[in-house]
Amino acid sequence: MNIDDLAMRISEMSTFDGYQFECQPIPGETEVLQITVGDFDELPTYVSVTDTQILCITYLFTDEEVKPESRSEMLEEMLELNIPIPLSSFAKIGDRFVIFGALSNSSSLEEVGHEIITLTENAVESITALEDYLK
Amino acid sequence: MSVLKKIMTAFRGGAREVGESIVDANATRIFEQEIKDAENHLRKAKQDLTDVMAKQMQAGRRVESLKQQITEHEGYAGQALEKGNEELALEIAEKIARLEGDLAEEQQVHESFSGHVVRLKDLVKKTERQVKDYERQLSMVKTTESVQKASAAITDNFASSNSKILSAKDSLERIKQRQQNTFDRLAAAEQLEAENSDKSLEERMKAAGIAGDEGKSANAVLDRIRAKSQ
Repeated sequence: MNIDDLAMRISEMSTFDGYQFECQPIPGETEVLQITVGDFDELPTYVSVTDTQILCITYLFTDEEVKPESRSEMLEEMLELNIPIPLSSFAKIGDRFVIFGALSNSSSLEEVGHEIITLTENAVESITALEDYLK
Repeated sequence: MSVLKKIMTAFRGGAREVGESIVDANATRIFEQEIKDAENHLRKAKQDLTDVMAKQMQAGRRVESLKQQITEHEGYAGQALEKGNEELALEIAEKIARLEGDLAEEQQVHESFSGHVVRLKDLVKKTERQVKDYERQLSMVKTTESVQKASAAITDNFASSNSKILSAKDSLERIKQRQQNTFDRLAAAEQLEAENSDKSLEERMKAAGIAGDEGKSANAVLDRIRAKSQ
């Protein structure tokens, strides 16, 4: 699936599984879509398409937000939570902790929609779980 | 060095900024060329394999046909002996010996083709694995670069739109607040609707003279009793 195609089809969808999607392309060297789900404006998902996969990434928090004294404990915790969290995994890009899901390039629109909703819900869930480690 | 290790080294070296490639563009191009070469080898190997397999099948058919001829001629020789025609039997036996010579030769050819097929199939498999491995490694490099570029675009977009990136805690707080609001609004709307529908039903019943007025309903009861006693 190519990114313009994806953007168009997501915009055409008024609601998905009872959620309202808002899709906004972000210009740059690599095309990225910013997609927000329903009431979760603060936690947008960024979708980019590569040769092999569709990557959906949601930013959680930065290094700076983590209490330095409990940082390693939090990292340990995140590794342990990685498997129980359905379909999403924790990762880090630069100084940002993220949660992401990767889909096959041949995924259907429904699968992408499902992924974005799951990811957003998982992001809220994760921040709630890790709140104590944050400043 | 494995590609993942290269990526790690690049990260450690601080190659996180835009424009600093994980593996330089030239290396990526060389890599892509290697994949293309391997794919060409693969195509060639598959063509060779098809040729050799065809030859193997032909040799196999010749072996079968020779075996059949030998059996037939053995039968003829037997018949000649039965009829006491030693001379003819000998001639047939000579023919059988020639056929057996041919058979041995064909069998050797067939075996050599079979061995070739096995080797070529092995080569095809190995090359296919190699191509897949190259592709997997290239995809790691490309994905890393794509994520870096995407992340740069997102950061730039935040900067240009002047929108403040909220901390995770603030985001969570807002989301929870909004969810609570939505929930409260829904509850309020439900309550209101319930009240409205109760009221309007009552009004409509009254308008239709069905319920509400005490006197009317008493009359209705009386009417009903009268109707029953008749």
